[in-house]
Amino acid sequence: MDFQKLIEIALGAVLINNFIVSQFLGICPFMGVSKSTDTASGMGLAVTFVMGIASAVCWPINHFILEPQGLVFMQTIVFILVIASLVQFIEMFLQKSMPALYSALGVFLPLITTNCAVLGVVIQNTQQGYTFIESVVYGVTGGLGFLLVIYLFAAIREKLEFAEPPKAFEGFPIALVAAGLIALCFGGFSGLSIFG
Amino acid sequence: MNVKQQLKEGLLTQNPVTVQLLGMCSTMAITTSLFNGIGMGLSVLVILTLANIFISVLRNVIPNKIRIACFIVVIATFVTMVDLFLKAYLEDLSASLGVFIPLIVVNCIILGRAESFAYKNGVAASALDGIFQGLGYTWVLVVMCVIREFLGAGKFGGGLLGEGGKGIVIFPEEFGIAGLSRPVGGFLVLACVIAAVQYFLNKPKKAEKKEEVAQ
Repeated sequence: MDFQKLIEIALGAVLINNFIVSQFLGICPFMGVSKSTDTASGMGLAVTFVMGIASAVCWPINHFILEPQGLVFMQTIVFILVIASLVQFIEMFLQKSMPALYSALGVFLPLITTNCAVLGVVIQNTQQGYTFIESVVYGVTGGLGFLLVIYLFAAIREKLEFAEPPKAFEGFPIALVAAGLIALCFGGFSGLSIFG
Repeated sequence: MNVKQQLKEGLLTQNPVTVQLLGMCSTMAITTSLFNGIGMGLSVLVILTLANIFISVLRNVIPNKIRIACFIVVIATFVTMVDLFLKAYLEDLSASLGVFIPLIVVNCIILGRAESFAYKNGVAASALDGIFQGLGYTWVLVVMCVIREFLGAGKFGGGLLGEGGKGIVIFPEEFGIAGLSRPVGGFLVLACVIAAVQYFLNKPKKAEKKEEVAQ
C-alpha cells in the first residue's frame, strides 16, 4: 500500500482542498448548524461518520455493479438513493445499539442526506479513480476537514453575536464575511506540496 | 395566487438565494465566469420547472410518509438528463461546472420548492413557480459572476463574449483583486449581494414606520 499517497490525500482533504472553504461543498449545514460550538462539533462528527461509510459503501457498488453493467450514467441517482437509505439505516442502528452516540449525533443525521459534501465525496472518488482504501481515507479526512472548519467558524460566530455590524449586514451576511476570512486563511495552504 | 405576485416573490421577496438562503454551495463555487453562471442558472431553472410540474402532477399519488424519497428520485432523474445533455452538447460548460451539475440533486432550492410549493399547488402554478424561482436564482448568479469577473480579472462575459470566448478585457488582469476569483471572493461577494438585497427590501418598511411615527 502506498502510504505516501494516503497521507497526501488526507492532508489535501483537510487543509488544501478543504470541502467547505475551497470546494464549497456542504455550505448549507455549515451556515445552518454553526450557531454554537456544541452543535457544530456534533454535526461535524456526524458528517465525518457518514462520509466515511458512504465512501466505503458506494465504492463497491460503483466498481462491481455500475461499471460492469455499463450503468455509470445512473450513478447520481444510485448514489443519492444509497446515501439516503444509508443515513436512515445508520440512524436506526445507532438508536438500537449505541444510544449514547445516537443522542449525540441523532438530530443531525437526517439533515445529512441533503448535504452536498456527502454526495460530492462519493462522486469525486469515482472521478479521481481512487482505490477502496483511498476512497475511505478521502471520505473520513474530508469529514475531518469539515469538522475543523465548522468548529472554528462556530467559535467565531459565538463572538459575532456581540458585534455591531451595519444594519444591512446583520445576521447572515456578516457570518458570510467571517467565513470568507476563514477561507482566506485556508487559501494560504494552497500550493503547499507535501512531498514535492 | 396570481402570476405577478409569484414573479415578485421569485425575484425579490422570496428569492431562493438572497432571502431563503438556499443553494449557496453552487452560488459561491461556480460564479467565476458569466458563461458558468448563466449555464448553471438555466440548468437549475429547467430542472426546477420539470421537477415542480412532475411532482405537482403526482402530488395525489405520492404517499405523505415517503414523499422526500420520491422527490429525490424525481429530481435525480431530471438532473441526470440535464447532465447527459450538457455532456453531449456543451462539453466546455459541463467540464467547468464539474461536480456541481450532479450535485443539483441535493441543491436545497429544488427539494425546498417541491416540498413547500409543488406538493401543495396545481400544475400551472407549480410550473410558473419553477420558472420564477429559477430566474431568481439565475439573476443572483449572474450578478455575482459579473462582479467577481470584473473586479477579479478585469473581464466581462468570460466563456461567452470576446476573442475566443475569453471575455472582453476591461483592464489588464494583473490589476484585478485576485482574491475575488478565489474561494474567499465567493463568500465576500455573496455577503455583499445579500446585504444589498436586505437593505433594499427593508427600506420601504422603514419609510412606512417613519410615516407612522410622524402621524
